[in-house]
Amino acid sequence: MDLVKILTDSLRAAVGVPAAAYALAAVGLNVQFGYTGLLNFGHVAFMMLGAYGTAVTVNEGGPLWLGLLVGMGAAALLGLLLGIPTLRLRADYLAIVTIAAAEILRLVARSNAAEGLTGGVFGIQAFADQFYDINPIPVGRYGFGSFNFSQRQLWVILAGWAAVAVALLLLTALMRSPWGRVLRAIREDEDAARSLGKNVFAYKIQSLVLGGVIGSLAGALLAIDTQAVNPDTFVSILTFFAYTVLILGGPGRVLAPIVGATIFWFLLQFTDGLLREALDAGFLGSFIEGSDIAAIRFALVGLGLMLLMALRPQGILGNREELLTDER
Amino acid sequence: MNGKPHSALEGVAHRPGTSKPDPILVVEETRRSFGGLRAVDVEHLEVQRGAITALIGPNGAGKTTLFNVLTGFERADAGSWAFDGTPLQGRRAHQIARAGMVRTFQLTKALARLTVLDNMLLASPAQRGERFTGALAQSWRLQEERNRRQAQELLERFGLTALSGQFAGTLSGGQRKLLEMARSLMAGPRLLMLDEPMAGVNPALRGSLLEHIHGIKQEGATVVFIEHDMDVVMGISDWVVVMAEGRLIAEGPPAAVGADPLVIDAYLGRRRGGGTT
Repeated sequence: MDLVKILTDSLRAAVGVPAAAYALAAVGLNVQFGYTGLLNFGHVAFMMLGAYGTAVTVNEGGPLWLGLLVGMGAAALLGLLLGIPTLRLRADYLAIVTIAAAEILRLVARSNAAEGLTGGVFGIQAFADQFYDINPIPVGRYGFGSFNFSQRQLWVILAGWAAVAVALLLLTALMRSPWGRVLRAIREDEDAARSLGKNVFAYKIQSLVLGGVIGSLAGALLAIDTQAVNPDTFVSILTFFAYTVLILGGPGRVLAPIVGATIFWFLLQFTDGLLREALDAGFLGSFIEGSDIAAIRFALVGLGLMLLMALRPQGILGNREELLTDER
Repeated sequence: MNGKPHSALEGVAHRPGTSKPDPILVVEETRRSFGGLRAVDVEHLEVQRGAITALIGPNGAGKTTLFNVLTGFERADAGSWAFDGTPLQGRRAHQIARAGMVRTFQLTKALARLTVLDNMLLASPAQRGERFTGALAQSWRLQEERNRRQAQELLERFGLTALSGQFAGTLSGGQRKLLEMARSLMAGPRLLMLDEPMAGVNPALRGSLLEHIHGIKQEGATVVFIEHDMDVVMGISDWVVVMAEGRLIAEGPPAAVGADPLVIDAYLGRRRGGGTT
């Protein structure tokens, strides 16, 4: 069994583009869920708008940067559209509406009617060349031993984590400000915030829109990395991966998305590598076949998360004392 | 503490809906029903500026519903009310609070995972840093520093200084009542509406809460409070308004109301029977 290979593969996954993208998606969720207490179960819709905004704009002849802006604008619009009718109601209404909206958007994107714009079930490919053309990193492989990346991979990884860093800096400034204090107050008790003169509805809208715009960048990052968008990539499970990442790190903690995303992707790759090596070495007998491994690793990661929640319910960065304060 | 009536209220008729020399709040024909139940049905009510008014009545009399309606937490079926001449019916809760009519809740709403100091700072009105752009521009820090000093003074006055860095969720019930009162003062109210400020507070803290309510009046704010404990009502209020089944049934200085047979029948009588607490 090649433990070194398993570990380097896992480390590559932990710093890879999907990890950065999920970290970014979790930053958006952290604004909405971690700080404001909004249950957005359709985060993937915002990610999808970021991805499609970029792909469609470039496909129609626009520059890539404009595509990113179009994605962000569309995400902001979706936030308003979903928030205005539901945010005056109880929290569960937002959850229902967002999860439904995400499915509707996906089905519209893959419909025949939209094929001219979105490529329907085939999606859109090869739209991010502008991004790779400006790669300043010389051709070569970078890293130590088997832990290395091509100049192309490194460029997306750096851009992705830079986006995460910028989002976190923005979030830190916001959450330390009185604006962030109002969001946390709304999470704790929105009637108390109202009784002190805060326009709760306006803050919830701002939170939903800001989190959605950050989520759209996560989607754009995934799309740029693979140079492909396809409606069937953007299924509801992505929303819950982003929640997993956030809850793993500790909701309401600025650095939670980074910690959560690296651990989540490390564990996914590690269990996968371990199971495959064990299978090749014949440790698993004939009960398990290669095609079962993808499912089994998710079960194992799920088990690990359950253990974490049982032993450390506040997440890795969470504050135990905060959790123990009783909600009388 | 303050047995004799507010001097401006001398000579005001002792009947429900009577007019006062200088009302800060005037309520007209305000109704709220739940299904067939008329929870609130107030024809006319005036609250005297600068006085402490107690709102009493048996459980289910509509006191809290009246508070909820007046502060925008519940919709009125009909009616109008003016705060310092400004009509407030139809306005949303945060707008009413900003106008200077600030309430507390029967079940204390301490923001559990915010520190005591953050609870206080939150209440400060018109903060630049509470706007998205203002928060990013970092131009709020000076104002925050001033607010922090004001918050610390209030915490000192309410004896909460030692707890200022703790999460509000770790406070005891009585400390939460103190925090909620201090926090509502931070909002700069001209009319403070306290919903059962003494509920669940141990006798030792009771005295200090009473002093604080009295202090609020001395600083020029008007107080309306809902209370079940008749000793508290008799001890501190300048004026007492009695509700039963949604209506006002009596008004007057504490001593007069305490002797009113209608009130004894509707409220005190039942209380002696051991009904309400």
